[in-house]
Amino acid sequence: MRKYSAFAIAREALRSHKGWEKQWDSPEPRAAYDVVIVGAGGHGLATAYYLAKEHGVTNIAVLDKGWLGGGNTGRNTTIIRSNYLYDESAALYDHAVKLWDGLSQDLNYNVMYSARGVMMLAHNVHDEQVFKRHIHANRLNGVDNEWLSPAEAKAYCPPLNIASSARYPVVGAALQRRGGTARHDAVAWGYARAAAARGVHIIQNCAVTGIRRSADGAVEGVETTRGFIGAKKVGVVAAGNTTPIMEMAGLRMPLESFPLQALVSEPVKPVFPCVVMSNTVHAYISQSDKGELVIGAGTDQYTSYSQTGGLHILSHTLEAICEMFPIFSRMKMMRSWGGIVDVTPDRSPILAKTPVRGLYVNCGWGTGGFKATPGSGHVFAHTIARDEPHKINAAYTLERFRTGRLIDEAAAAAVAH
Amino acid sequence: MLLIRCPYCEEERPELEFRGAGEAHIARPTNIAEISDEEFEAFFFLRDNPRGVTFERWRHIHGCGRFFNAARDTVSDKFITTYKAGEPKPDLDAVRGEKA
Repeated sequence: MRKYSAFAIAREALRSHKGWEKQWDSPEPRAAYDVVIVGAGGHGLATAYYLAKEHGVTNIAVLDKGWLGGGNTGRNTTIIRSNYLYDESAALYDHAVKLWDGLSQDLNYNVMYSARGVMMLAHNVHDEQVFKRHIHANRLNGVDNEWLSPAEAKAYCPPLNIASSARYPVVGAALQRRGGTARHDAVAWGYARAAAARGVHIIQNCAVTGIRRSADGAVEGVETTRGFIGAKKVGVVAAGNTTPIMEMAGLRMPLESFPLQALVSEPVKPVFPCVVMSNTVHAYISQSDKGELVIGAGTDQYTSYSQTGGLHILSHTLEAICEMFPIFSRMKMMRSWGGIVDVTPDRSPILAKTPVRGLYVNCGWGTGGFKATPGSGHVFAHTIARDEPHKINAAYTLERFRTGRLIDEAAAAAVAH
Repeated sequence: MLLIRCPYCEEERPELEFRGAGEAHIARPTNIAEISDEEFEAFFFLRDNPRGVTFERWRHIHGCGRFFNAARDTVSDKFITTYKAGEPKPDLDAVRGEKA
C-alpha cells in the first residue's frame, strides 16, 4: 500500500494522477481462513483491521452480501458522542471517542473526524433533570459533558430558536465538546484499505447462506453464494440482519430489526456549527462538509428488512426541526433513506462469545452504532483473538438477558439512541 | 405509510391510527413465578424477528382501541392478512389463494 501524503498529491499532480493504486483488491475466496467476519460495514472492517494490527491474525476474510459500507455505515447521521449514563456504556463509547481522535493518522486515511460538539437540548423539567444526572455520571467517569443555559446554547449554535413562545422551548442543553461527526463512507473505506494492506480479504457480493458446524458443535465455516468457506472462528457483525444469520447456527436472539430513516437537504454555505440533538422531539441535525444538513429521525414502529420507512416519520422530524431552527423552514430536502437497525431490549449492544464454540457476535447497536465503530472493532477483535472479552466489553454478553444483568440505557435515555 | 385493515372496524385505515405492539402469539406463562431463567428469557426477551412473514400485534389506538394480529412480510412490508385477537395463526397459503 502506497502511503497517502501531501507529497503523494504533488507527485500525482505532476503525472496526471496515473499512479494512484486501488484501495483494496477483490480476491477470490480461499478454501479456508482463520477468521471469517460476516458483514463488511464499519464494525466488521474495524474488527478485521484490529485483528490484523493488534493480534497478528491476518488470514481473515470479511464477507458481505452487498458492497462494503453499503448498509448502516452508509446510512447513518455520523454523530459521535460518549455521554452515556452507565459505567459500562461510558467505558465502551469513550473508548471509541479516544480512538476516533487519531484514527485518520492510524489508518492513513482522512476520516474527517470533527470534534465540533454535540449539544442535546432539554425542553422540560424532566429533560433538565435527566441531562444533569447524565452530566454528573459522566464527570465521575471522566467523560466531558457540561450544562448550558438557553443563552449559552444559542451562543454555541446561533440558528437555535430559544424564544419562550416556541412549541418546544429550550430550557437548557448538555454539551459534549469532544463529540462531533466523521465522514461515514471514509470510515468504511479507510478501514477496508488499511485491513487489505495487512492481508485481509474483502469479499463483496458474497451472501452467507449457512453456518456449518462439526459433530461436536464447533463452527467449521460458512456456506455462501460463492461456495463453502472454512473458518476456525466466525464473527457475525451483520446489524439488522443478525437474527437470520444467527438462526443458521440455531440461536434465537433478543433482537428486533426496525427501519431508521435519515435525510439530507440541498447543500448550503456553512450555517450550522455543531451537532444538535433533541430526544424529546426526536430529531438530530448537523451540517456535513459538503454543506448538506444531515437530519435523523426516529425508528418506524414495526419490524422490517425493507430499508425504507414511512414518510410521516420524516415529516414529524422536519416539523420539529423547523420549530427549533426557523431559518431552515424553506430549505429543500434532497434525499431520504432508511437503514435496518437491530435493537436489544435494554438498548445496549451485544459484543460477545456465543454458546456455539468459534462463533462470536457483535450486534444490537440499535440506532447509535456509528459512533462506536473503532471501539467496537477494537474490543471485538480482542474477544475473537483471545476467545475472551476485553474488560470493556465483558458486560455486553448474550447471557445478560437470562441473568438479568442488563445495561439499561433504554430506561436512561427514555428513547432509542 | 402502511394501510392497515382493522378486523374489528372492517376497513383499511392509515398507519397513524395504529400502534405497533410487537410479536404476536407470545403466551405469558401462567406459572410465571416458577419458570426457569431460560424460560423467562425465551418468553420475555428472545424474538423471532424473521426476515419474511412475521406475525405481529397492532392496536387500533385512534379508532376502536382494540388489539388485533397481523401477518406481514418484513421484506416488502405488505400485509398478508389481519385477524382478531385470540384467533389462531391463519393458513397463509389459503389467504394468498383467496387474494390471487
